[in-house]
Amino acid sequence: MVEHRPFLKLLSHLVLILGVVIVAFPVYVAFIASTHKTTDFITGIMPVLPGSDFWSTYKTVLFTGLAASGAPPIGLMLGNSLIMALAISIGKIAISILSAYAIVYFRFPFRQLAFWIIFVTLMLPVEVRIVPTFKVVADLGMLNSYAGLSIPLIASATATFLFRQFFLTVPDELLEAARVDGAGPLKFFKDILLPLSRTNIAALFVILFIYGWNQYLWPLIVTTDSAHYTVVMGIKRMSDVTDAEPQWNLVMAVAILAMLPPVLVVIFMQRLFVKGLVETEK
Amino acid sequence: MAAIDIKRVGKTYVGNVNAVSDISISIADGEFIVLVGPSGCGKSTLLRMVAGLETITDGTVSIGARVVNEIEPAERDIAMVFQNYALYPHMSVYDNLAYGLRNRGTPKAEIDARVAEAARMLELQPYLTRKPRALSGGQRQRVAMGRAIVRNPAAFLFDEPLSNLDAKLRVTMRGEIKQLQKRLGTTSIYVTHDQLEAMTLADRLVVLNGGSIEQIGAPLEVYHKPASTFVASFIGSPAMNLVKASIANGVISIGDRESGLRADLPNGALTLGLRAEDLRLAENGAGFPFAIAFVEDLGAQRLLHGHCSGQSVVVAVSPDLPLPSELRLTIAQERLHFFASDTGKRIETTSF
Repeated sequence: MVEHRPFLKLLSHLVLILGVVIVAFPVYVAFIASTHKTTDFITGIMPVLPGSDFWSTYKTVLFTGLAASGAPPIGLMLGNSLIMALAISIGKIAISILSAYAIVYFRFPFRQLAFWIIFVTLMLPVEVRIVPTFKVVADLGMLNSYAGLSIPLIASATATFLFRQFFLTVPDELLEAARVDGAGPLKFFKDILLPLSRTNIAALFVILFIYGWNQYLWPLIVTTDSAHYTVVMGIKRMSDVTDAEPQWNLVMAVAILAMLPPVLVVIFMQRLFVKGLVETEK
Repeated sequence: MAAIDIKRVGKTYVGNVNAVSDISISIADGEFIVLVGPSGCGKSTLLRMVAGLETITDGTVSIGARVVNEIEPAERDIAMVFQNYALYPHMSVYDNLAYGLRNRGTPKAEIDARVAEAARMLELQPYLTRKPRALSGGQRQRVAMGRAIVRNPAAFLFDEPLSNLDAKLRVTMRGEIKQLQKRLGTTSIYVTHDQLEAMTLADRLVVLNGGSIEQIGAPLEVYHKPASTFVASFIGSPAMNLVKASIANGVISIGDRESGLRADLPNGALTLGLRAEDLRLAENGAGFPFAIAFVEDLGAQRLLHGHCSGQSVVVAVSPDLPLPSELRLTIAQERLHFFASDTGKRIETTSF
């Protein structure tokens, strides 16, 4: 928008405000719901103003847990989610940066084939290969374990592809200068490529952390022991009670709490994240 | 400090593409050799083979007394300066200079001393803590030079180090490189496509064309006795005039006109080389007629572009000289260059 046209300015603001409302309203409703008593929902009409039970609801969720619905205390579930999300994002970054390094900088037989095989797996989301993956994980005895939760989700074509694209933009002379300076392949990777990829790693970490945190279907399938429930699937279990009214206020409180860690990650890593997306520092 | 011996070196890429073939140069200890030629003549490939960044298909390269064909670049005891500097962007100037030494396990105190010495020589002391992106082009170039100096290598290899700088800075840096090389006395190979850079820097020039050597010699020798029409047109600015001529009974004709010049050569066609600065405007009706097409004033000299018997010729004259309406050119007999019209090779003659 080059010119100052009041009408356009008004219109663009309206569109943006509309967007924010659409995104934020469900979150608002969830928060409102978490401040009311369970009985308030039986009428079928959602209140739109905060109720008086904020403290008691969150106290119940945080410290007593939901004995009625068979879910563990939220602290445990948040911890499980955190472990899974960290394992997935760190594992994905470590594996994909190494495989991208191999693909870009080493000449080995079937290099191109290796790249295309990795690339093709992009077209297979977790859901498509979930049955064979479950079979493998079950046979390896990894059900109900952190390994079972995270390892099958670690292999990542997307991250490999991103790192490959970044490595291709690093000038060849840098590698040659390092060779003349006596840096072997691992030293070059550690001293030069890794520091240069810092912002890319940060950006990827944010995306992958949220990806890992929001995993729903996979944890639901591989965990039957409540000690390994993650918070996202915990919400599902809590609202899925038989012969009783779900305690919506508690469910919503858990949902609000489950949203906080990804939000914190985004806020604290935003500076690096944006830098990683826009900066081309070479 | 070491001599470099390049013996019958060739490079063939996959698909039988011959980049460089049968090149032999022996470089004395402390000598400054410039490889010059147009793009794609194989000069960078040759340098990279000496550096070890490119495998050698034929022949051998030795540095000192050691054949280095199969030796890693880091073990060859050479330092290289790249065209785009290739500084490590995330490291400070100090770390850029120290990196190669650290990889060799040099003690910290010695690294400090060597970096300080290089920084002093290149006037980089105020910038040691800065990152490369906070430096200007000339300063980056200095850091790249410093990275070569601290290593105290047997040879410097320069790959068009000045081509990313502006014209003025290029002249300054050219002088600095020359001085530095003389002071350190390190054997150097320098690649450039700029004939002026080549002439001013070199102890000896190597003119390359199409992957093989056209001529090796001191800059003035190459300028005064170009071995072929290629060298003649590449070295010197403005380029040497090359006109088609023929000889009948010792008299040279340009086109179908006798020039009044003589040469002790057998009858037949040949190529005549005339340096623009050797041509003079003739007085009172003598000389060869010359028709001006346009004039370029360069300040110190004036270039007259025109034709002699339909062949284009450039003449360099003093800007103060008045231009008569009808121009005639003469040249001293001993300033003529003769080249075979088919091969382009120089023909030596005792012109009379």
